[in-house]
Amino acid sequence: MEAKVANDWRLRGQRYRLEGERCGHCGAAIFPPRDICPECGKPAKTPAPLSGRGEVYTFSTVYNAPEGFEPYTPYTVALVKLEEGPVVTAQLTDVAPKDVQIGMPVEMVTRRLRTHGEEGTIVYGYKFRPRVGA
Amino acid sequence: MTEARLMKPQRAVGIIGYGAYVPMYRLPGAEIARVWTGGGRGPVREKAVAGLDEDTITIAIEAARNAIARAEILPEALRAIWVGSESHPYAVKPSATLVAEALGATPYLLAGDFEFACKAGTEALQAAMGLVGSGMGDYALAIGADTAQGRPGDELEYTAASGGSAFIIGPAERAVAVCMGSLSYVTDTPDFWRRAYQHYPSHGGRFTGEPAYFHHIESAGRALMEELALTAQDFTYAIFHQPNVKFPGRVAERLGFTEAQIETGLLSGVIGNTYAGASLTGLSAVLDIAKPGDRILLVSFGSGAGSDAFAWELTERITACQDKAPHTADYIKRRVEIDYALYTRYRGKLRD
Repeated sequence: MEAKVANDWRLRGQRYRLEGERCGHCGAAIFPPRDICPECGKPAKTPAPLSGRGEVYTFSTVYNAPEGFEPYTPYTVALVKLEEGPVVTAQLTDVAPKDVQIGMPVEMVTRRLRTHGEEGTIVYGYKFRPRVGA
Repeated sequence: MTEARLMKPQRAVGIIGYGAYVPMYRLPGAEIARVWTGGGRGPVREKAVAGLDEDTITIAIEAARNAIARAEILPEALRAIWVGSESHPYAVKPSATLVAEALGATPYLLAGDFEFACKAGTEALQAAMGLVGSGMGDYALAIGADTAQGRPGDELEYTAASGGSAFIIGPAERAVAVCMGSLSYVTDTPDFWRRAYQHYPSHGGRFTGEPAYFHHIESAGRALMEELALTAQDFTYAIFHQPNVKFPGRVAERLGFTEAQIETGLLSGVIGNTYAGASLTGLSAVLDIAKPGDRILLVSFGSGAGSDAFAWELTERITACQDKAPHTADYIKRRVEIDYALYTRYRGKLRD
């Protein structure tokens, strides 16, 4: 339990608000943050927010979920291509699996990802949903 | 003693940004009636139901993001985030710290949770006005949000709904709605409660009407109008706590307001009672369409019991800020009807 708490805590910036990095050398947007720019290979440690807007690049519906995610099945996992460039793997929410389409415009929302049992912490993080009021 | 009733900070304050959030699932009253009474309808047409991955914190975050988009301030400029709710996801661990982290407002701010049944959100709003009005900080965020639960088969099940709204208080010169004054009216009245470790609340049945809802809203609303030397005719809109559709209509009439003045902010017929989010989401809906110069009376009610009353006057800034985030109506029309079976799954009513 303690290890999970510490790991979740370390990831709070990227999970809760999709905080990435911006490379000071080539200008690339980076997500998830990894301190080395995947484009130019130079150090990139400056935190930078991402808009949270993107589109569905591809997707798959999960019926047999990994441990902790069983209560949410069926749900859709997508690769979302963000406006700034990075591709993020995330759950889609507020959309029925049959209504998901490649190219669908989506936006980031912060939702419950899972709980660590009845007594453990509740883990929150980014998901994507069809854009509202856009 | 009358001069002590009105609350007005030394520095003039107002709302500089606001935002609502309502989950997309709807459970019709007729569906609840089908299951429990063999047919008929409920006191509201339908209510908003949170999805499996939603709770008070996620509702608060989205409403707050909309408020920040409209206020056009950096989240780091907030000196307080206060979340009012009766359904905080944790018994111990603040909702507000998580909301603050999700907004990017940490670490130099106050963050805490308020609890006062359905008026927890307006309680937070009063406190935010005090903080900004005293000069302790320039911006404070007050949120009212709930995922209210009614006992299966109880009359509250028809209305107990999910949703919330967020308001950023700041100096009057930046405000879209300047606070003309506020007032609170509180007594110890046991009309509704939930004991520790209980899943569902209990209530005093008919006792929730006259001595609780009507007495507190009427007293607070009347006193505020007296203090400000205003009458119902001086307001463009009025919003009252909305546990159903009938109560706010009746209290509006008693205070001299017409149906036209309350209909924009009366959402309970289509989203139910969002508890701490209820009157505040009504205010969001009014701010979405209101015009400079309009005056708004807001009176909340929380069981236990008390009311907060506020008078707002809109500035020129309101028009430009309305479209910077989704309108309350955008969320309401995003409607997906569910049946009672799916509702029991979404709200965790099936237990081993």
